[in-house]
Amino acid sequence: MTTVEASAGGGPVLGTRLRRREDGALLTGESRFVADLAVPGALHLALVRSPHALARIVDVDVSGALAMPGVVAAFSGADLRDEWAGPLPCGWPVTAEMKQPAHLPLAVERACYVGDAVAVVVATSEYAAHDAADAVTVTYEPLPAVVDLEQALTDEVVVHPELGTNVAYTWELAPDDAAVDAAFASAAHVVDARYVQQRLIPAAMEPRGVLVVPEPFGGSFTVYSATQIPHILRVMLALTAGVPETDLRVVAPAVGGGFGSKLNVYAEEVLALALARRLRRPVRWIEERTENAQATIQGRGQIQHVELAADAEGKVTAVRVRLTADMGAYLQLVTPGIPLLGAFLYSGVYDVPAYSFRCTSVFTTATPTDAYRGAGRPEATYAIERAMDTLARRVGVAPEEIRRRNFIGPDAFPYTSVAGLVYDSGNYAGALDRCLALAGYDALRAEQQRRRAAGGTRQLGIGISSYFEMCGLAPSRVLASLNYTAGGWEAASVRILPTGKVEVVTGTSPHGQGHETSWAMIVADRLGISPDDVDVIHSDTARAPYGLDTYGSRSLAVGGTAVAMATDRVVDKARRLAAHQLEVAEEDLELAGGVFAVRGSPDRTMALAAVAFEAFTAHDLPDGMEPNLEASCHFDPPNFTFPFGTHLAVVELDTDTGKVSLVAYHAVDDCGVQVNPMIVEGQVHGGVVQGAAQALWEEAAYDTEGNLLSATLMDYLVPSAAEVPSITTASTVTPSPTNVLGVKGVGEAGTIGAAPAVINAVVDALSPFGIEDIAMPASPQRVWRAIEDARRRGTHPTSTAATDDTTTQATSTKET
Amino acid sequence: MIPARFDYRRAGSTDEAVGLLTEHGDDAKLLAGGHSLLPLMKLRLAAPAVLIDIGRLSDLSYIREEGDAVVVGALTRHRDIEVSDVLGRHVPLLAHVAGQIGDPQVRHRGTIGGSLAHGDPASDLPAACLALGASITAVGPTGSRTIAADDFFTGFLETALRPDEVLTEVTLPKATGAGWSFQKFNRRAQDWAIVGVAAVRNGTAGVALVNMGSTPLRARAVEEALASGAGDAEAADHAADGLEPPEDLNASAEYRRHLARVLVRRALQEARPST
Repeated sequence: MTTVEASAGGGPVLGTRLRRREDGALLTGESRFVADLAVPGALHLALVRSPHALARIVDVDVSGALAMPGVVAAFSGADLRDEWAGPLPCGWPVTAEMKQPAHLPLAVERACYVGDAVAVVVATSEYAAHDAADAVTVTYEPLPAVVDLEQALTDEVVVHPELGTNVAYTWELAPDDAAVDAAFASAAHVVDARYVQQRLIPAAMEPRGVLVVPEPFGGSFTVYSATQIPHILRVMLALTAGVPETDLRVVAPAVGGGFGSKLNVYAEEVLALALARRLRRPVRWIEERTENAQATIQGRGQIQHVELAADAEGKVTAVRVRLTADMGAYLQLVTPGIPLLGAFLYSGVYDVPAYSFRCTSVFTTATPTDAYRGAGRPEATYAIERAMDTLARRVGVAPEEIRRRNFIGPDAFPYTSVAGLVYDSGNYAGALDRCLALAGYDALRAEQQRRRAAGGTRQLGIGISSYFEMCGLAPSRVLASLNYTAGGWEAASVRILPTGKVEVVTGTSPHGQGHETSWAMIVADRLGISPDDVDVIHSDTARAPYGLDTYGSRSLAVGGTAVAMATDRVVDKARRLAAHQLEVAEEDLELAGGVFAVRGSPDRTMALAAVAFEAFTAHDLPDGMEPNLEASCHFDPPNFTFPFGTHLAVVELDTDTGKVSLVAYHAVDDCGVQVNPMIVEGQVHGGVVQGAAQALWEEAAYDTEGNLLSATLMDYLVPSAAEVPSITTASTVTPSPTNVLGVKGVGEAGTIGAAPAVINAVVDALSPFGIEDIAMPASPQRVWRAIEDARRRGTHPTSTAATDDTTTQATSTKET
Repeated sequence: MIPARFDYRRAGSTDEAVGLLTEHGDDAKLLAGGHSLLPLMKLRLAAPAVLIDIGRLSDLSYIREEGDAVVVGALTRHRDIEVSDVLGRHVPLLAHVAGQIGDPQVRHRGTIGGSLAHGDPASDLPAACLALGASITAVGPTGSRTIAADDFFTGFLETALRPDEVLTEVTLPKATGAGWSFQKFNRRAQDWAIVGVAAVRNGTAGVALVNMGSTPLRARAVEEALASGAGDAEAADHAADGLEPPEDLNASAEYRRHLARVLVRRALQEARPST
């Protein structure tokens, strides 16, 4: 397929590979990010951060900073204690008993992770602020750290003594434990596995940043933030800083990625607002890369204990999950809810009759965790897809076969899962078959066998994962049942202006997803006009007052649906007006190519633009009709959507060095109806690389003292294009019945599918050594160590050992 | 990412650079491509009071044949080395190694003189120069002198250069037709080697290691084993003899020793003359 420029008018738009209208400005550097916004007289903040994982703050002396040139002010946490109307917010108290530590923008008594902010310097330039931050003297009484989850559970070191324990909450989804126990008691095969989801750093290309500009009159503020959630941020800033919501306008300008890390309310945002209020000057803070590693939320951080029970044929009869989740030092906006987002998914795409999930979430002296691309769902998918491969080995069948024996059938939808979800639609076996064909699976297995038989140091591994996920967050009533403190709806307004141009106002807040392009396509498709005639307004609470923003693959399924429904309401009104003026019945009007035509009398027409102008002049409206063509929709989805697919990874593993190279990747994704397949592919590409990154490269590594060892992009290994093969993508289309567009969402699918596919491939390559698991990331050293251990255990295959000898002999022969 | 305050001086000639170094002594650092120094300054791990920019001394950027050697000016960028016909013909190892450094942006800015003067044991060019038996020319207030690569790297990020000397030229004996290999083991293409091996076989063997100690170093035990008639695999087993490699997130010392043995074996096999 080829990419197309915006069509001149009419013609099918939905499902075309329309070029993103966002990209020109991004590629030429014209897009304005927070750091680009020049505001005369703006002051700069620099934070003083704790170098200790846990420490009592004995004294903060800012006098040295105040003496430095260009410094306007400097404050300790105690100095600013009275600025706060409330603590930094946690919007998801998952249980009534959940323990929640006090969390202020600047720590006052204790610093609880390396990077916890304890003082702030305000200066006339960024350089002056950073120099002066070095001159603040903080006296700490260092305390023992606790970064290991299982050690935290012992409460030997308690992060927040006032809570009395490190356990934040326990939560369960266990409809029938007796049935689960019975299934295990009679199981022919059992898998009992422990997986560690290492902490990850989201590492958006643009670090965070915030600029608060006090309006010259009236005491109100405009807050520019590199955020995914301008609407939620406005509410939360009002509550934490005590500024009336009506005095706050929040704008997310161009935002360079988030992956969940900008789905939060951060200390620096609140600080900048409070200091702009106190100093009556514009205040800016721009995050450094190491601050981004230490003081922006991290993702994952779970230990999963997963058990499968299965009958003799490998049909799964029960899944039992015991999860320990790392909250980090504090509860950020949705920290406690992340394990719950995965809790419903551990039975995967399989017809599982018995299920039990329990989660214990604990505080540690490390950076708070929160939503990171997939947020709970990649973790759950990893666990079930890794465990299914192990089950296949136990049963003695191929990984694709164990999946086929357990898939929910295509005729079973809507399918009510044992965890209580109703899956909207799916064809899991269809996606698997398509992926195996796409990958040339039989040939791959033959090549793998050839290499194994030949010996040699470069062995192939092939890994499959059949994933699904729950997106389109979320039905508000379901959120209520999970103690989430907001709704899950999305808002849109569509107005056809007097000239026929269309303005769309959306409550979503894109930061790389291409909503301007996609929303224009949705509207243009329904109106039969060119997308070029549709302008999309977003990410500014003054222009788009209602919204719940962008995260959780929700924007298209909820926000895009709201746009479509608002468009349909505008069309309904336009049709009534056109019918009135053409003196025909509404049912006799057809809208095509932006023109209403009378059925059977194609010469009697009225263009939408003409209808809009008539609605604007209001000279001849039907009785009771209000002027103008405008409609809004606040769409609260009746259910989640459930995208799915199968991914297949091929790795080459060097058995001498342990190095794993990802040599091929095939992804078949079903995200329902596709608005713009090029954007879908882009999401899959980026998502797959992010998932593979967890499998092979990335880890927020801490030492036992709580120091983040991978705090720069030299040590935190975000992969580049050089490490990743060209990804083959294909799709199946199973429309969702949940919304008028039939869409599901694709923002996180790649990430969810990739990590288990890649690790299944690595373990497949290692299986001749008797190795059943490898921890993430599967670094060369880790793989080498696993092979060495297997060789020491004597479980390595004789063929490989013989090959090693042969190689040596051959070398010697050639040498002599 | 905000460096500490520093003064900036731009040298218009090598002599002027030497003069500025003499004036400022240990407070000063030379700035060439800046791809090692500037990141350290941005992380505030280095805070020189004065930067002396020699980046515009274009007369120090050249690659020339001189009899049995190829001489390379200190300001020659990695990219120019990578694509040099002269080096490709006579010292192909160096051209190849230069093409493996960092990423294209680094290769278009970084210089061979800067890489050698920084003396980072994890850098690739120092090991290549050791394996090739290069020599290094430095100019100071009293004139120029030549230092063998073997004598150049004296400690962690320390070299035989005096505080008032400017590295001006690298002399590489021609190795036309010799077997060679560079084995760079890393997790991402842009990274420093976890372990690297540069090998040249030209009658005798020159083998040098990246990131296996506090300096770029020669694998003496391997070279000696080969000289006394050992086979490739047997010689490679000595790759880590007597070495104390660093430990970091990517590799324990034990794993580095193992990698050195594997990579030296591969390097020796690849560098074996085709005769």
